[in-house]
Amino acid sequence: MERSLTQIALFAALVAALGLIPQLTLAFGVPITAQSLGIMLCGTVLGSRRGGLAALLFVGLVALGLPLMAGGRGGLGLFASPTAGFLIGFPVAAFVTGLVMERMRGVAVVWAAGIAASVGGIVVLYAFGITGLSLALGKAWLEAALLVTAFLPGDAIKAVLTALITAALYRARPTSVASRA
Amino acid sequence: MISLTSPVETWAHRWPAGAKLLALCMASVALFAASAVWMQAVAAGGIVLLYALPGAVFLRYGMRRLWPLWPFVALVLLWHLFIGATAEGAMIALRMLNAVALANLVTMTTSLAAMMDVVRVLLTPLRALGLNLRAVELAVALVIRFTPVLTAKGGMLAMAWRARSRRRAGWRVILPFLVLALDDADHVAEALRARGGL
Repeated sequence: MERSLTQIALFAALVAALGLIPQLTLAFGVPITAQSLGIMLCGTVLGSRRGGLAALLFVGLVALGLPLMAGGRGGLGLFASPTAGFLIGFPVAAFVTGLVMERMRGVAVVWAAGIAASVGGIVVLYAFGITGLSLALGKAWLEAALLVTAFLPGDAIKAVLTALITAALYRARPTSVASRA
Repeated sequence: MISLTSPVETWAHRWPAGAKLLALCMASVALFAASAVWMQAVAAGGIVLLYALPGAVFLRYGMRRLWPLWPFVALVLLWHLFIGATAEGAMIALRMLNAVALANLVTMTTSLAAMMDVVRVLLTPLRALGLNLRAVELAVALVIRFTPVLTAKGGMLAMAWRARSRRRAGWRVILPFLVLALDDADHVAEALRARGGL
């Protein structure tokens, strides 16, 4: 019980810290915020329940007014902005990522994590994000979907990184990957 | 950690947080129902007035927090200019700015403690379903404490990397970062259990 609680809290803090660390340059020199990478890792490492709760805690604290989002942003305004869908989708994305990860126990960790991160962190998250965007901008769903395609390559890279990092963690400390334990 | 509450004391700081949140909900619904450009313009005028009342510092700070929206405003205006529905474009852009500005106003005038009180009231019914409120509060406190700790540790990892490599720390530092967080979680869990647990 205590361990679940501290893992949830520490992963919420990790997602925040990943957004605050300046210039975390990812592959190919593209400087992208690692925050959604943190959300994917919540799911692949902690599993559906704890991962989803960690993301929910993070989003809840942003709503309370803490500047935890990349660039020190936060507060209720983010929930009224065009990108609100992505923020609201974070807990669901982490939960689905964990769920897919748990359902693929027979598959090698690197593939399971990659597929889980793509389904949860991209498909589910974008579904929420695009819906929010289309509501705020008064656009049709498909038009809004076109707008976010620019971010797809970055998120695809993050899904690959999630797979590599989760697999490396599993090799080094198998018991740490709770979604497999 | 510094929350986004404005250090400029306003009259709204003393209002009950629950009432402000309820008013924000209703105002947001009204904003999304108001589909004429003049309605949104009137609302925008009212909101600017609300920001201006506490003084110039508050107004400047509040307006600066709307700046990240400019790509969306530009996009909407250009798109609607292109399809020839300028009024509709102006309405959507104004509505977006209004909604965000109003929500920011609540965040700027409500302390973290007051927000937490509202959360406590909202979560109380869930106690019947087995939710441990103390655990939620502890988790919130842990995140607030450990975000700067983990940020500092991540910075140390990046520096350690730079001491050994000519290139900047890449994604590879995330794995030790993850392990650090998991270790911290274990240590804090042990410390909690040693002090009587949840």
